[in-house]
Formats: sequence, structure tokens, C-alpha cells
Amino acid sequence: MTTITESYVRETPRTARIDWSPYLVGAGIGLLSWIAFAVFGDPLGVTTAYSRIASLFAVPVIGPEAVAQNAYWKSMPLKWDYGVWFLVGIPAGAFISAVMSGTWRLELVPDVWKERFGPSIAKRFIAAFLGGAVIMYGARLAGGCTSGHGISGGLQLAVSSWLFLAVMFATGLGISALMFRKR
Amino acid sequence: MTAMMTILGPLVMGAAFGFLLQRGKVTSCNVIENQFRLRDFTVLKVMGTAIVVGGIGVLLLVDTGNTKYYVKDANMLAVALGAALFGVGMVVYGYCPGTALGAIATGSVHALVGALGMVTGAILYALSFDWLKTHVLNVWTLGKVRLPDVTNIPDVAWFAALAIGAGLFFWWVESTEARQRRG
Repeated sequence: MTTITESYVRETPRTARIDWSPYLVGAGIGLLSWIAFAVFGDPLGVTTAYSRIASLFAVPVIGPEAVAQNAYWKSMPLKWDYGVWFLVGIPAGAFISAVMSGTWRLELVPDVWKERFGPSIAKRFIAAFLGGAVIMYGARLAGGCTSGHGISGGLQLAVSSWLFLAVMFATGLGISALMFRKR
Repeated sequence: MTAMMTILGPLVMGAAFGFLLQRGKVTSCNVIENQFRLRDFTVLKVMGTAIVVGGIGVLLLVDTGNTKYYVKDANMLAVALGAALFGVGMVVYGYCPGTALGAIATGSVHALVGALGMVTGAILYALSFDWLKTHVLNVWTLGKVRLPDVTNIPDVAWFAALAIGAGLFFWWVESTEARQRRG
């Protein structure tokens, strides 16, 4: 139990200055969804636009021909649409919030990770890269992420989205138990 | 909608979303990891409230003809496989795609490394799309269905159950957390 308490104590400085209730934040995101549906007809989501942008990065890797010929990017070409501008807004808003609340801080290795896997930056970066690759592949296969499926789909009571939520949390819990098991 | 609105609108919406994610502490890798370790329920509090508040509002908006549903296809095998990968990726990365974008702007360098991983994942998905389309995406497809369609239980009952379930769950979480703080 000591380690648990310690991890909370060490975590405290970063988050202590943000005192918004998670319920208030959740209600705010719910309200934002009303606007997204009623005004823009475009539910909150991230990864569809993300894969549009990824095609830009794919050009130097697999060549412009291969990108142009790709069936997926033909169905989802790069265009500066609602989703892409929404994506640009996310870091802007988070930055404003972090600066206003005094919680902006360089983080190379997060505390939870450090406690379990040590302070190696290389190790954390490799894991983050691989985790990022897996999460995006999964998001595209499933057709959405925590925002598009989890929140926007969940609130529409979509069958696909509730399946996503259930499987995502179940797998996450399992992997987390494996990763953070007591040695 | 004017040209200004088509850019400024989504930018402001994205910024509001990013702001809320940061205020809700879910742009912190520690908070996300500790959700899957069942030590911190912030993620579920935010998502649960967003789904209930957002869902009831969107239901009313649809019923009054102010918007329509944007349900994702229930390609059950693809969603289940994708969600499983997503759960693994989320725990290894420590972020989901949206919160990662917010985290980068709050100083998380490993989130930025993972974002490059996400680009890689998106490219790998595009490259494997043709195969997935004929082997995975077409298995057990239900279309754009909602839970009320497949169960014949009306929307109102679903949201009543969700709201009561979430309320009871959060009440239990809050009382447990209060006990831990005291003890």
C-alpha cells in the first residue's frame, strides 16, 4: 500500500491545481456534443481526420504514387474539412488550459511508468511509439476512438460503439494487470 | 455557412474539447493508466457523464428534428478486433488519440513520440485495407444499428437505465474514495 500512496503523493503537484470536477467536465463535453450534432452535423471524433493527415506523412515513406493509388486514402483523402480543423483545435485548447492552470510541464517519462519500468527515456519512447501504432491501427479497424466511438457513438446508443467500449475496457484492464503486475 | 465559420467553427469546437480534456485531467498519462489499474476513476467519470448528458440532449434534438444520428457501421468482427488492439495500445501508450493530442500541447514529449507511432499505425492500416476489406470488415455486419433497434427497448428506457446505473456507480466510487482519503 505504501507504493500506491507514494504514487499519489508524487502525482499531486501536477494535477492539484486543476480543480474542475470530472462530472462538470463530462457534462461540458456532453453539451459540446449537442452543438456538434445540432450546429455542425459532425459528432466529436479524432482518428478519421488523423488518418487523413497521415496520408501526408505517407508520401515520403511509400511514395506519392502508392498513396494516390491506395483504396483507403481514396475513400478518405486529405482535405481540410471540419474534422481536421477540429483536430488542430484540440492541442490549442489543451495548451491554453495548461498555461492558465499552471500545469504545463515537460514530461519525458510519466510517474506511473517510471515507478514500474524505471527512468529510461528510450524505453518509454519505444513503448509510446509502439502503443501509438497499435492504438491507431485499432481505431481505424474499429472505425473510431474513445471520442468517435466512446463518446459520440456511446451517446447515440450505437451497437458498434458499445461493443467498442466493452471490448476496449476489457482488453485494457487485462493488459494493464499484466503490465503492472507485482514482481 | 460562411468560409470563416467552416474553419473557425471546428477550431473553436476542438479547442473547447481540448480545454475540457485538460481540465478533466485526462490529458495526464498517469490518470489514464490508473483508470485501467482501477486506482483512479476520472476517465469513467468524464466519459460516463458525457455519454448521459450528451445522449439525452441529442435524443431530444433528434426527436425535435434538429439533427440526425451519425451511427458508425456495426462491422462486429472489425470493431471487436479494433477495440481489442485499441485497449492494448491505450495502456502501452498511456493515451487515446484525442487526449494524446492534448497532452502534446501540455508538454508531454512521449505523447509526441507516440503520435508518430499513430501516423505509422494509420499508414499500416491504409496499406492493409484491401485485405481487411475482403477478410475482416465484411464479417458479421449489422449496419448502422442502435441498441433500441436491436432490442426493442425504447431510447428513454436506455437512458433512464444508463443514468441510474452511472449515478449508482459514481456514488459508490465517490464513497469509496472518501473512505480512502479518511483512512
